[in-house]
Amino acid sequence: MCGIVGLLVKKPALRAELGRLMVPMMVEMASRGPESAGLAVFTGALSDDHRKLSLYAPDWHYDWAAFEGAFITHFGTDASIRPKGNHAVLTSDVAVERVKPWLRAQFPQLHVLAAGRTLDIYKDTGHPARVAERYDFGQLAGTHLVGHTRMATESAVTPDRAHPFTAGEDFCLVHNGTISNPYMIRRKLEHRGIRFETDNDTEAACRYLEWRMREGDDLEAALAKGFEELDGFYTFLIGTENKMALVRDAFACKPAIVAETDDYVAVASEFRALAHLPGVNEARLFEPMPEEIYSWTV
Amino acid sequence: MDRLTAATVDATARTFDLAHATVRELNQFLHRELPSTAVRRVTVENPGGRHAIAAGLDAPVEVDVRGHGGYYLAGMNQHAHVTVHGNVGWGVAENMMSGSVRVKGFASEAAGASGHGGTLVIEGDASLRCGISMKGIDIVVGGSIGNYSAFMAQAGRLVVCGDAGDALGDSLYEAVIYVRGRVKSLGADAREEPMTDADFAAVAELLGRAGFDHAPSEFRRIASARGLYHWNAEADQEY
Repeated sequence: MCGIVGLLVKKPALRAELGRLMVPMMVEMASRGPESAGLAVFTGALSDDHRKLSLYAPDWHYDWAAFEGAFITHFGTDASIRPKGNHAVLTSDVAVERVKPWLRAQFPQLHVLAAGRTLDIYKDTGHPARVAERYDFGQLAGTHLVGHTRMATESAVTPDRAHPFTAGEDFCLVHNGTISNPYMIRRKLEHRGIRFETDNDTEAACRYLEWRMREGDDLEAALAKGFEELDGFYTFLIGTENKMALVRDAFACKPAIVAETDDYVAVASEFRALAHLPGVNEARLFEPMPEEIYSWTV
Repeated sequence: MDRLTAATVDATARTFDLAHATVRELNQFLHRELPSTAVRRVTVENPGGRHAIAAGLDAPVEVDVRGHGGYYLAGMNQHAHVTVHGNVGWGVAENMMSGSVRVKGFASEAAGASGHGGTLVIEGDASLRCGISMKGIDIVVGGSIGNYSAFMAQAGRLVVCGDAGDALGDSLYEAVIYVRGRVKSLGADAREEPMTDADFAAVAELLGRAGFDHAPSEFRRIASARGLYHWNAEADQEY
């Protein structure tokens, strides 16, 4: 069992409220996944020539200022860093594919959680309510977010195996369920030079779908191919720069419910995570059907 | 008598507001205290999708849930009559023995699963696996039902006023399904059979119980071909 939550606000005035509305959703879903939690929030986009990286350090008191200094010295460019304990978001005009090899060589203890122009990720082990407090999820603003509470079945309980998983840029996925053929997917992708960072089944699904999109599929086409290639049980909630998408496998053993109003689209594993939302009793409520693609654009 | 007194002296009614009380407090009242009181009507406000609301009842009480329920609402019900003015999560009226449960909205998966008796009415749609392994319960769905419904259903009737999804009645035993709309596909060993006078009468009685206004002549009967009841040594054994 795991819990998923997602929220996309339709009105710009609600963007500042995104985190505040979401936190009770995540806390309610803690009973479905009490051991880790994570959140991907999509903020206003950086300019075309800038990228940000969400970084994770094993130490809460990590010296991010020293890291920022080393980055600026090495790349000879300006950069800004926004630390939050063991997490930090680094923004610069250096391409992600240049930063990653340097990080692996010079700062192997750091883990890249996300890259892109709009996406920040925070994830860690611990009770979801504590994780939400630790990273001030209630203060987060943005257009949409996807979050997860984890009860591990397929790999160890560590921060890097918590959800959301990311691949490429501005793409992330949370998962309730179990993929049965992650190693088949992984072998297929590794032959194409795609690098995996954990042994987690969800990472395979995430990298598969993102690879399809880099091959030219749009999100909906990638998900349709996923129905054929990804074997197992899943409810997936996916975030991209301007979309939130939801799918369930053919057997639909893993739950989900959607509440849509003029103000927002909210997704959760169960209605109790949505019960506090303003206007939810007047919302259009529905459960996604098996192998149907539901997506919403910011 | 002032208004406040009038409200408090109605010893036959009681309200639990789950914005303040817990489901455990509600259910402990329903299980333990209720039989020694005069209470015959219980209203549940702000159910908030909580699990196991009014589960395990064993008394002829009317329970009104004013909002959306979570998993296993009215599960194992005996004797009670539960109405939900909203939607419910998985396993509503699971293993019901007697009494009735009415859902005014939609029901999530496995509605009425393994129910032995009583009547479950869902005014909206029911999701996948409605009536899975039902053992004597009657289920009447005003809308449509999802895939794999009535899987291994042993006894009882399932009436569907809308459409049915894939693999309806897979590995059916002696439960009977009546469908008014389209059936996407039948499961293994389920087949359509001619409606008899007894079938028309059963559908009319069940629709009347549910309060749905359809002509029984619009329904078709799905039942077990009983081909899986016995081992067939001559069947193609290639796997």
